[in-house]
Amino acid sequence: MSANEQNFDGAKGDEVDVSSAAAEPSRSHGIPGAKTLLDVRDIRTHFRTPRGVLKAVDGVSFTLERGRTLGVVGESGSGKSVLSRSIMRLLPKSNTIHSGEVLFEGRDLSGLTESELRGLWGNEISMIFQDPMTALNPVMKIGPQITESLRLHLDMSKGEARETAVALLRAVRIPEPEKRFNGYPHEMSGGMRQRIVIAVALACGPRLLFADEPTTALDVTVQAQILDLLAEQQRERYMAMVLVTHDLGVVASRADEIAVMYAGRIVERAPTKELFANLKMPYTESLLAAIPRLDQPSHSRLEAIGGRPPDLVNPPTGCPFSPRCPYARERCTQETPQLVTVDGHDGHEFACFYPVGSPETEERRVEIATRKGAA
Amino acid sequence: MLIIKKLAQLVVAVILVTLFASLLLEFLPGDAADVLAPSASDQQREQIREDIGLHDSFPVRYTRWLGNFVTGDFGNYYTVSSKRPVADRLWDALPVSLLLMLYAQVVALVIAIPVAVLAAYRKDTWFDRLTNVSAFAMLAVPNFALGFILQYYLGVKLGWFKSSGYARITENPVEHFQYMILPTITLAVGQVAVYQRLLRTDMIATLREDFILMAKAKGLKAKRILFRHALKPSSLTLLTVAGLNVGTLIGGALIVEVVFSLPGMGLLIFEAISRRQIVAFQSMIAVVAILYILVNFIVDLLYTVLDPRIRRTDAE
Ligand SMILES: Nc1ncnc2c1ncn2[C@@H]1O[C@H](COP(=O)(O)OP(=O)(O)OP(=O)(O)O)[C@@H](O)[C@H]1O
Ligand code: SF4
Ligand SMILES: [Mg+2]
Repeated sequence: MSANEQNFDGAKGDEVDVSSAAAEPSRSHGIPGAKTLLDVRDIRTHFRTPRGVLKAVDGVSFTLERGRTLGVVGESGSGKSVLSRSIMRLLPKSNTIHSGEVLFEGRDLSGLTESELRGLWGNEISMIFQDPMTALNPVMKIGPQITESLRLHLDMSKGEARETAVALLRAVRIPEPEKRFNGYPHEMSGGMRQRIVIAVALACGPRLLFADEPTTALDVTVQAQILDLLAEQQRERYMAMVLVTHDLGVVASRADEIAVMYAGRIVERAPTKELFANLKMPYTESLLAAIPRLDQPSHSRLEAIGGRPPDLVNPPTGCPFSPRCPYARERCTQETPQLVTVDGHDGHEFACFYPVGSPETEERRVEIATRKGAA
Repeated sequence: MLIIKKLAQLVVAVILVTLFASLLLEFLPGDAADVLAPSASDQQREQIREDIGLHDSFPVRYTRWLGNFVTGDFGNYYTVSSKRPVADRLWDALPVSLLLMLYAQVVALVIAIPVAVLAAYRKDTWFDRLTNVSAFAMLAVPNFALGFILQYYLGVKLGWFKSSGYARITENPVEHFQYMILPTITLAVGQVAVYQRLLRTDMIATLREDFILMAKAKGLKAKRILFRHALKPSSLTLLTVAGLNVGTLIGGALIVEVVFSLPGMGLLIFEAISRRQIVAFQSMIAVVAILYILVNFIVDLLYTVLDPRIRRTDAE
């Protein structure tokens, strides 16, 4: 273990006690007074592919305070997963080009070595994956999958790690935790497995959790339970969370702030209430119209937005949404709109020339309605 | 239940294999007694014919052999002037072949596994390409050719290892390994290539799995991810092939034993065929078949250890 890794452990040692973390209310963390946990500055993640450079994330900035939740919403392929993995630096090095800064507690993650990053992963920053059926090792017992990070990061003995793991299983409401400890993932349902994945992610008491579509693969009824569990654990641990989803409905009641992604960029960002009260982006509007209802199968949600997401190797000129935007005008295909702040609403940004509510969109809305009526 | 099923399989397989093998011998031209003891007198030959029942029809002879075999009587091995129970020679030869195959298998796996794991982890780097090319080279060289080359250069010319003969491990362990090294390498080389390529492919697929990314996101080191998380789920094909390969190994061992004059089953069967030892041949083939099936049975059992999901499907 390098000196750096030991530093991370040492710095955490006195303030993280996982065995009691499940029951402990908010604790103080890191630099006193500094509220900002994560500061992402203009990051770009491009992949070298046979077809050319694919711009999966192309200039994203945001900040996240301790204990808060940012919802990242966008269609499939908009770069949500790549964004989370870029921030964590989890992407394969071979074909990835990174730029920009990621400040975590003031430290730039892009400057860290692989072994310094390993000291953070699973320890201070964790991730929950979309599909609990594939996220757990199928041939490894559940117990060791939880204890290995405890033993690695918190230097626990076998017995301590076991106790902590059982406590974690109990905290995520796995029935018969002692028995499950020795079981295999295939013996459990999807919802139960996702609880295990959550237990793994929470094991070392991270300050930041990326939940990448944690409920997309689950039944609607189970979805709510898992989201409630996450919210509860987050509150108890005073942990910040980036909740990634393609379903605006999921983040509506659970995120403090929402960032809407399209083609690798944030196209609208606002505190949740403000967003729903005063949304500006035509794309956000389409997403909102596409929120699935409980009585509809989950596939129907994406079809609600006409057209396909842009090719990220050869993006369209101008506004990337222009080929699909009902309000697009000539300017939209020539210039790329930049994020601007809504007058009088600090913290609400959007990137559109003719936002929802502007005279141009209203005019167009009337046109569309008349055309529909005529047909 | 499983045991009974396997046992039935074993019996059927042994009967089929020995039946087929003896039929082949049956169709060889000439009188077996002439080949068995070419310089014997007419009277002695008649005695031998009587002994192995050459006067009887094939079905009668076969069932008699089967009856004897089941009761542990493997028949006699005839030489010019004498006969010896096949069982004696078998018990001498069997350990030699088994050890040779075991060494070859172990050496092949010990080399192939780390190479494959590293090649998969460092896919498309010079290391991966180099091991790929070497695997093809290894596959292209026939066993016996490699055997002769090693025997000549490392055995005869440089004199590093013994190039022909055998010593028992219980009598002289050092010499035993000196004799076994070259045959082991000869037999292992082809397997290394096969195992390496197989495991690399499966490892690459496993390394793309979500649970590997999750292991990485826990902060685990590459070594632990590769060997604790990725190797086990990637080794099912390897294990199957290693088990099936015992058949190939038996064939390979036969040739290698002949090249290095190792007194194992291969050399024995080789002799038995060329000397038309019908009964001895049947018995030896039957023993090999039983061995082969036993190995496959063990492989089946190992499966359930490697992949707990199989245990469940069996139970359902
Ligand atoms: N390692 C990679 N190499 C090349 N391209 C990649 C790689 N990873 C992702 N991409 C591409 O980056 C784009 C964004 O992918 P990403 O997985 O972030 O989408 P997403 O918003 O998470 O979608 P989903 O809702 O389907 O999970 C996609 O076009 C994808 O094909
Ligand atoms: S800039 Fe134009 S095309 Fe883009 S979202 Fe706004 S109105 Fe639509
Ligand atoms: Mg994704």
